[in-house]
Amino acid sequence: MADTRLVPAVGERDDGPLRRAATTVLRPFGDYRRLAWLWVRAAAQYPLSLVLMSLAVTVGVLTQVGAVVIVFGHADTLAGFTVYEGLLVFALASSAFGIADMCAGSVERLGGHIRSGTLDAMLIRPVSPLVQVAADEFSPRRLGKVVPALVILGVALANVDLDPSPATVALLVVTMVSGTLICVAIWVITGCLQFFVAGAREAANALTYGGQALTEYPLAIYGRDIVRSVTYVVPLAFVSWQPVLLLLDRPDPLGMPEYLRHMGPVVALLLCVCAVLVWRFGLRHYRSTGS
Amino acid sequence: MRVHFAVYARGLRRHSTYRAALVAGLVTNSVFGAINAMVLLAVFSARPEINGYDATDAVTQVFVGQMLITVTMVISAAPSLDLADRVRTGEVAIDLLRPVSLQNWCLAEDLGRATFGFLFRGVPTFLVGVVLFGAVVPSGFVAASLFLTSVVLASLVGFALRYLYALCGFWMLDSRGVWAVSGLLGPVLAGMILPLPLFPPAVGDVLRLLPWASMVQIPAEILLGKESPTGGGVLGGLALQALWAALLLGLGAWLTSVATRRVVIQGG
Repeated sequence: MADTRLVPAVGERDDGPLRRAATTVLRPFGDYRRLAWLWVRAAAQYPLSLVLMSLAVTVGVLTQVGAVVIVFGHADTLAGFTVYEGLLVFALASSAFGIADMCAGSVERLGGHIRSGTLDAMLIRPVSPLVQVAADEFSPRRLGKVVPALVILGVALANVDLDPSPATVALLVVTMVSGTLICVAIWVITGCLQFFVAGAREAANALTYGGQALTEYPLAIYGRDIVRSVTYVVPLAFVSWQPVLLLLDRPDPLGMPEYLRHMGPVVALLLCVCAVLVWRFGLRHYRSTGS
Repeated sequence: MRVHFAVYARGLRRHSTYRAALVAGLVTNSVFGAINAMVLLAVFSARPEINGYDATDAVTQVFVGQMLITVTMVISAAPSLDLADRVRTGEVAIDLLRPVSLQNWCLAEDLGRATFGFLFRGVPTFLVGVVLFGAVVPSGFVAASLFLTSVVLASLVGFALRYLYALCGFWMLDSRGVWAVSGLLGPVLAGMILPLPLFPPAVGDVLRLLPWASMVQIPAEILLGKESPTGGGVLGGLALQALWAALLLGLGAWLTSVATRRVVIQGG
């Protein structure tokens, strides 16, 4: 491809400090985009397989939705949430996890890169290794999860008591972005465990996929201790639970402090900084297997 | 027979090498079991009984499901039999040269894997459920033997289904799409995501008769002493599992012979 531009021009002068700063900050995103596009083109070589696998992922989401509907059908309300309010929690969590999985889910294969030595190859390329690991085998089939989750989000929003103001829309967008960032950061941090413990991948799944399973229902049903630990230790509560309390203007069924529901973006930023630091720490302690 | 036993032992040993992965898997299965169990407990605290299931039944079934993951591999969305990749790469040609049946060879190895997984990952996971959530344990020697028989039959059904998925590769060249679909639908049909009695009765009753139910739902019913979908209590449930195992293994044997007659291996 002829696209060799790093970033679009930002400053007026050719080589001003602003432009240099922008280049440094935006460069990983441009690299990521190019690598991801490469994998999209690779996946498009097997269209039937791609369609089948996207459909399979979609069916997976729909079965989860079915389970949520059946569960609410038997219980009527869970933690004071009706089925559509429950679906709102489900859809926000599911789309944030879906987008995060699409963008950074490949980090969980870090152990494989270490074992087979492909990480060494990545280290000598002039692109951030985190970008390379995250973009590795980027697959559009994961849209099969994001798209139905967004549809469910729309259905849920249309059926809950919400005031369709610009503030609500802004809140939804902020929630989505910070939720996705939290999930990406958790993915990177748990992936980094594989620098130190071979075979940590499946234990990391307990946090990543387990976290997704946990946040699909109103968190209050799990009781105070679990909600505290997913608020203060692994901040999954900020992906969908706290934002939904804010959206629906509900009192916290467990009586947690009210300011927590505004903290999503702050938590997301802090966690991303943590993720980058953990990644750097892990990479510094990486020793090649030599194979 | 001796060769099959040797392959079984190799399968067992091969999977006993990855100790860290074993602990990691145990943690993951327990976490998922706990999450599922808590959701169901919330449902049953709103309604104490649903279609003959109470909270203890549901929690027990959740942990039976987690225990049997490594036995039946019902949730694996990626090929969980080496055969699938060997068909794609053509290495299956070597397997076909052996003077033993392809299916029995794979079965012996898979049962070795399942035995190890059941003892060292499945049983501890179930114990987590017993300690934390009060999952039901077999009440005596007879009940335990019946449940173990059901687990063995579940592993046969689990293998037979996955062997058929792998055989699809002979016709489709790449069976990964089949695995992806089965890994997502299988757990629902098996009663792992939700116990099948929680589905609308018309749907649930049909699903309980399908082969996937023999991997989680029927073993759980046998442990809980529920009436089986075919009638005849515990023995009826075992008979249903045995029937599916026999039918699917028979189908596998027949399709193997069809597939090997049409297989073309390129030299090189």
